[in-house]
Amino acid sequence: MRIGFFLREAVRATRRNAAPSFAALATVIVTMLVLGVFIPIVQATNGAANSVRSRVLVDVYMKTSANAAAEARVRKELIAVPHVKSVEFESKQTAYAQQSKVDPQAYQLLGTNPLPDTFHVIPDNPANVLAVRDALTPAAPGGGPGTIDAAVQSVSNKKNDTKKILEVTNLVTITAAALTVLLVLASILLIANTIRLSLYARRREVEVMKLVGATDWFIRWPFVIEGIVVGAVGALVAIAVLGITKVALLDPLAGNWTLIAAPRTIAFSALVSVLLCAGVLVSALGSGLSLRRFLRV
Amino acid sequence: MAISEQPKHRTRRRAAVAPAVHPQLASRTGAGGPSIVEFRGVSKLYAGDVGLDQATFSIQREEFVFLVGSTGSGKSTVMRLLIKELEPTHGMIRVAGRNLADIERKRVPFYRRNLGVVFQDFKLLPSRTVYDNVAYAIQVTGGSRKEIRSKVPDILRLTGLSTKLHNYPDQLSGGEQQRVSIARAFVNHPPLLLADEPTGNLDPETSIDIMRLLYRINRTGTTILVATHDQAMVDKMRRRVLELERGRIVRDDAAGRYTRDETTREFAQRLRAPSTPPPGL
Repeated sequence: MRIGFFLREAVRATRRNAAPSFAALATVIVTMLVLGVFIPIVQATNGAANSVRSRVLVDVYMKTSANAAAEARVRKELIAVPHVKSVEFESKQTAYAQQSKVDPQAYQLLGTNPLPDTFHVIPDNPANVLAVRDALTPAAPGGGPGTIDAAVQSVSNKKNDTKKILEVTNLVTITAAALTVLLVLASILLIANTIRLSLYARRREVEVMKLVGATDWFIRWPFVIEGIVVGAVGALVAIAVLGITKVALLDPLAGNWTLIAAPRTIAFSALVSVLLCAGVLVSALGSGLSLRRFLRV
Repeated sequence: MAISEQPKHRTRRRAAVAPAVHPQLASRTGAGGPSIVEFRGVSKLYAGDVGLDQATFSIQREEFVFLVGSTGSGKSTVMRLLIKELEPTHGMIRVAGRNLADIERKRVPFYRRNLGVVFQDFKLLPSRTVYDNVAYAIQVTGGSRKEIRSKVPDILRLTGLSTKLHNYPDQLSGGEQQRVSIARAFVNHPPLLLADEPTGNLDPETSIDIMRLLYRINRTGTTILVATHDQAMVDKMRRRVLELERGRIVRDDAAGRYTRDETTREFAQRLRAPSTPPPGL
């Protein structure tokens, strides 16, 4: 009986205050649409940036004369260097096979294998790659870069490229995070403000209810229910629009355009539940909390 | 003093009043029963201004009392203190023997259900029909649909609104809106009914109807406190008058001898009669 009463009250309030209710609904729909588009975009950007960063590593080239014992010794030494996560060995045969696949004609001309044995040194964090490189190239007695082991010929020197990649990917990640925070904040503020406006139009009603002897929660429940309904309906409409767009536009494109398909983004079902929860929660909490001011009679 | 002559009137009245409206009143001992409203040295200060200054008075059950005074004299402060919208700065207020300071904030709604309150601006819920406005006062108390169906039509008949059940407040005249507001205040049969300038927005003829309605409610055993600045009306009504001036009680008398058992019809006739000085003044 009680719940039925609150539901009926909520429906009555929505019907009698159609304009503010519709404004709140429209706000929820628009913000949820923007969020729904933006979440996958941010994820794709971050994914792309991370995959670029994960390719940042230091190559250590062995002398062609190095034997298996030297290889084992150097591997041990490399792993001992701080910030090194792992070391991958690529023998000259593997390297040759791979490279001749890329450019068969050139390697046929060469005849012999000019490639050295190579260690790919992967840092624990892409940001530490330069420190690892410096550790691997201690200053030699005669100036100029030295090596950590007699069997090491040289260490790859792509300092500028590495630095640029790190800076750019950093910037992309930070910007995406900042935009996400701003967008979420804007959504909450926008929805809360619209709700507050629609409550302000009804503050007299709330005051009268209090004077007649209604308890706070007796007044609040219909408002919260209304908030839940508005939030759910708004999120559902936004989800429907997103779903139609995904099926009609993105899925056919994804086959041809790898950028859309490639980075691992949030699954559509997860996105739907996130949007639905966010819409209902913000809307219901906004209604319940904004009401507090008007309940102090 | 008006209070001293209470017992005699009360004894006479009780035979005339329909019994069982307030069982708790019926069980009350005759003379010297507890007053329903008691102000003891109550002051209310607003940011430097004095709203009420050391007010001390009491109102007996079943009395009909006017609270008069010019704007800013403290009438509304008394009303708002009584509905616990404001807290007194000093002093003690008792309603039906209960110290208002002891009622915690959470319990205030339950306290307010024992009061009927009528305002100058009616304070009806604009999104509800006449019927639903009155029903809301019962719904608030957790009353059942059956209770609503039995009580609301009765009270609307008493207030003469039977034909307006499904109208919204903005479709009613001022007098009709005030009747709805009185119906809502009285539907739970509160022992005390407060009216703050109930006729402030109404023409004289409509005002008489409203006063007559309040008098009819008074005759069922409800204590009524009316704040007004309509001096002519107060003079004609000849009921107990409390006068406030700059927050102080400056007058407390019965404004002449009046017949407490007059019917509402006689009462209305007397109010409509051209102003004559009440006997005894």
